[in-house]
Amino acid sequence: MTPLLDVQTLSKNYGQRIGCKDVSFDLYPGEVMGIVGESGSGKSTLLNCLAGHLEPDHGKVLFDTKTDGLKDTVTMSEPERRMLGRTDWAFVHQHARDGLRMSVSAGGNVGERLMAVGARHYGDIRAQATDWLGRVEIREDRIDDRPTAFSGGMQQRLQIARNLVTGPRLVFMDEPTGGLDVSVQARLLDMIRELVRDLGLSAIIVTHDLAVVRLLADRLMVMKDGHVVETGLTDQVLDDPQHSYSQLLVSSVLQV
Amino acid sequence: MSDYNFAYLDEQTKRMIRRAILKGLAIPGYQVPFASREMPMPYGWGTGGVQVTAACLTPDDTLKVIDQGADDTTNAVSIRRFFEKTAAVAVTQSTKRASVIQTRHRIPEEPLSEDQILVYQVPIPEPLRFLEPRETETRKMHALEEYGLMHVKLFEDISQHGQIATAYAYPVMVEGRYVMDPSPIPRFDNPKMEMAAIQLFGAGREQRIYAIPPYTQVVSLDFEDYPFEASKAEGACALCGADHTYLDEVIVDDDGGRMFVCSDTDYCESRRQAGHLGVEGTPYRKDAA
Amino acid sequence: MISVKNATKSFVLHNQGGAVIPVMGNGNLTVNAGECVGLTGASGAGKSTLMRMIYGNYLTQSGEVRVGGLNVAQAEPREILQMRKHTLGYVSQFLRVVPRVPTLNVVAEPLLQLGTPRDQALKRASELLSVLRIPERLWDLSPLTFSGGEQQRVNIARGFAYDYPALLLDEPTASLDGRNRETVLGLIETAKERGTAIVGIFHDESARKQVCTREIDVIEFAPKAAA
Repeated sequence: MTPLLDVQTLSKNYGQRIGCKDVSFDLYPGEVMGIVGESGSGKSTLLNCLAGHLEPDHGKVLFDTKTDGLKDTVTMSEPERRMLGRTDWAFVHQHARDGLRMSVSAGGNVGERLMAVGARHYGDIRAQATDWLGRVEIREDRIDDRPTAFSGGMQQRLQIARNLVTGPRLVFMDEPTGGLDVSVQARLLDMIRELVRDLGLSAIIVTHDLAVVRLLADRLMVMKDGHVVETGLTDQVLDDPQHSYSQLLVSSVLQV
Repeated sequence: MSDYNFAYLDEQTKRMIRRAILKGLAIPGYQVPFASREMPMPYGWGTGGVQVTAACLTPDDTLKVIDQGADDTTNAVSIRRFFEKTAAVAVTQSTKRASVIQTRHRIPEEPLSEDQILVYQVPIPEPLRFLEPRETETRKMHALEEYGLMHVKLFEDISQHGQIATAYAYPVMVEGRYVMDPSPIPRFDNPKMEMAAIQLFGAGREQRIYAIPPYTQVVSLDFEDYPFEASKAEGACALCGADHTYLDEVIVDDDGGRMFVCSDTDYCESRRQAGHLGVEGTPYRKDAA
Repeated sequence: MISVKNATKSFVLHNQGGAVIPVMGNGNLTVNAGECVGLTGASGAGKSTLMRMIYGNYLTQSGEVRVGGLNVAQAEPREILQMRKHTLGYVSQFLRVVPRVPTLNVVAEPLLQLGTPRDQALKRASELLSVLRIPERLWDLSPLTFSGGEQQRVNIARGFAYDYPALLLDEPTASLDGRNRETVLGLIETAKERGTAIVGIFHDESARKQVCTREIDVIEFAPKAAA
């Protein structure tokens, strides 16, 4: 089996400051990987380099494309990379308003990716949008409302529907549950878990919330100062952390 | 004749604009940046169109200027006078006799011929701006032919109004490549854009020129199940009786009384000359004002 | 099915002066199909640690921990995940689930993971919940709201939803009343008959005597006292 994503010695500097340094890992279809670390540890830089939003200074990001197999997304042409961005990849932002068009209805938000890849039948697009809104538990009669009229949790679910409608294979998530009420978080986590399982998605989730990765991620990567200090099975890293920083991170979580 | 250079602009500026026009003709629908000059009129009054017209005019040309189809509105009259004064060219109200026609918001009803140039005044040249305000991003979208967003706008229309409600500035795809804003002409005029004449578009404030060469394919965007329709008001012109032209609605009294008349004044008049008569029209007399 | 050879394990506490706590010096264990091996030994002797090492939850420093064909001590995370999905079930003392997910779905989860059709998975889950006497009116609620005994039984139902070839049971009968205890012991017997290899920790001595084919005192595995 070929990995879906094969990352090799990826580095990104901001001038003298290290964004992320020599990160290597692979991700197989159906796997969910968590990246944890405190603010400034380089996890968001890494995620943006992987998703093609930032150009790394060094390293490769090989993605298993449908047509050509493993291909370096860092050096591929921009049109090709952007095409991946709206077909095989999805990006769920922490703030839904960064990932949604706030002036466009929920239906239009979900339909955009379909239209971007050539769908031209209004009835079909609307039917698919309706179906996806249902899957993220947004009532059908809200389809013509703008996201500005939605609660934070609904906006986040809409963002997920908008991203998944074209059947991506790899989903990048940046703190997907950050800033939401705890009760809303739980429902969203459960939904993400089910979608990942039912659709066989691979996902990379950046978060500083260890409870989130325990529930969602199969594997875990711990970052500090731009470096990966520990990787492994999620529950193993959380229950038997080896690196001093991982131990500190795990022991710092407040118990409820 | 005045002390102005021919057609107001200096020769270097006209050359620069002509180069932009040629580039625009070579890449139909592509927005060519140009160094728009200050003109002796406010932005929004056709500064782009005037510059393009100035670059096209020769002393032998006959100029017609229309605003929403009419030759006798303020904007049309001012621009016509401007070129009479600065270029001393012949002017006309007849579509057939004109070699250069500058227009705001309409295409004449009379089909144009290969020896004519139609110059449009354009307020906002970027059709994607409604949904994507970043110019860097829209340029990239044009370059990469990422036009899904344009359909999102039409999708929103249908969702909210049950049909595509965009009535003017209806986006078109030019020669299968560039999505273009046809300027705020009614969508009734969209099918006419596949024509024999050269079409030039000038946006002064936005500093963009674009063009459609003769006989170029211009397709109005739509959905398979909501096809494009070149709609107009139901009814016929009250003056000339035409039921195939774009009509303006005119309120005639305080009781909601109204009538429809041709928006193209020259076309309406020539029909009446030819003996056509609408329900409220009077037979044509040469001396009638 | 399960074999542990010369396994060692110690914890290094970097944030407490680098203290090293050795917990296992020489772990050796073989469990064949159809066997149930009970781990005994005083509290803190390393029974749970050994289980967690077999499950891949704790890293093994040296030696070998084999489940089926896989050496867990050196396996890639994804190999361990596959093993947990298809080969090795684990009933822990703690229930760890996404808040607000209905009990029925929690129990059906291992089957759904394997791609079992939803209706079949839910049917199996409801059978198990009935057998374990979780009232049907609770099935749509999250088990996090349940009593300790009920949570324990949900955990067991989840562990037995799929017929794993190997099972780890950490105090499966601890907080159960007599009838439920018998039910759980019955489930274990059935699994044994099916050929499941089981490692269990039972504080309840009579339960241990009833289901275990062998007992091993983990004190044998303890590290040689810093000598």
